Amino acid sequence: MNKRTLFITAAAALLLTFIVGALLYTTQKKEQSTQLVDTNRDALIRMHSPTLGKPDAPVVIVEFLDPACETCRAFYPLVKDILAANPDQVRLVLRYAPFHNGSDKVVAVLEAARKQGKLWPALEALLATQEDWSPNHTPQVELVWPHLEGLGLDMEKMRIDMHAPEIANLIAQDLADGETLKVNQTPEFFVNGKPMPSFGYEQLIALVDQALNEAKQK
Amino acid sequence: MPSLDHSSNTAWTLVFLAWVLATISTLGALFLGEVMGYTPCQFCWYQRIAMFPLVFVLAAGLFPFDPRVIRYALPLAVVGWLLAVFQMALVVGLIPESVTPCQKGVPCSELQVVWFGFVNIPLLSVLAFSSIIALLFSAHFKGSK
Repeated sequence: MNKRTLFITAAAALLLTFIVGALLYTTQKKEQSTQLVDTNRDALIRMHSPTLGKPDAPVVIVEFLDPACETCRAFYPLVKDILAANPDQVRLVLRYAPFHNGSDKVVAVLEAARKQGKLWPALEALLATQEDWSPNHTPQVELVWPHLEGLGLDMEKMRIDMHAPEIANLIAQDLADGETLKVNQTPEFFVNGKPMPSFGYEQLIALVDQALNEAKQK
Repeated sequence: MPSLDHSSNTAWTLVFLAWVLATISTLGALFLGEVMGYTPCQFCWYQRIAMFPLVFVLAAGLFPFDPRVIRYALPLAVVGWLLAVFQMALVVGLIPESVTPCQKGVPCSELQVVWFGFVNIPLLSVLAFSSIIALLFSAHFKGSK
């Protein structure tokens, strides 16, 4: 074998090993993830989890969300579109994954707003103004209050409610469930228990469509 | 001059092996970071800065074979080796953690991956840089014989 052939063969072999390894690893990961969900059904949806949409909708999107995560903000309108396009078919279950340092306090504020029946408007208001209260990806709970004005919330009550032990427990449970299901980035979606094959808008839409078709055939 | 040809052939093979090692290390680092999703600590980034260019510098020196590539590749390999040895010292505990310049994000003294109970990423980095330096040095002496 001459030198050039040797070099090209070696380069191709190494690159091929890398690509095949990456493909095998990701498929294995996905299988493990689906299995994890199957064996930990109760970790996916809790009684305390906020939901949006018809309670008996056949397709359930579980979203692990961090209010300070930019990609979660970018995905939120898309998720709303999916819900709007299939009003009686799709339901959204919200799980918190406050991975940003200090984000758990913002989740506590959201849960305090939930006690006044304003979780979703509060979440939308905070996602829209994320850059203002999370400068340089550092969530600062003191900065969120001005952005919640105009929603008709009793802020004084919220400042007390957000320290309620049941809210702390709820956040701890969501974090523990995220760990059980190996959610280590946000947003993470499970559609009827299945994770996205790879991350992206199209993959989420395809997964929802697939679940809708399966629901129709039943 | 068949003897010169022979020694330059050996030197070529040694540089080629160094390239293979650098490429395996580069792809391995990319696999750990991009495929398996481990966040590289700061020291890992500095070692990557030394390792990744070796793939291209050494390859460029192979066709046509230019023994001076050893001169150009060695500084990268030596700096990478020093960084790897320093991190290894951190991991083993020879250097107290308070001296580490990298405590935000992933601490460099923490091992994210351990295989067979003793193989970890800093160890692999030390081994890779050491072998590349050894190969380049022997290529240098074979070539000048």
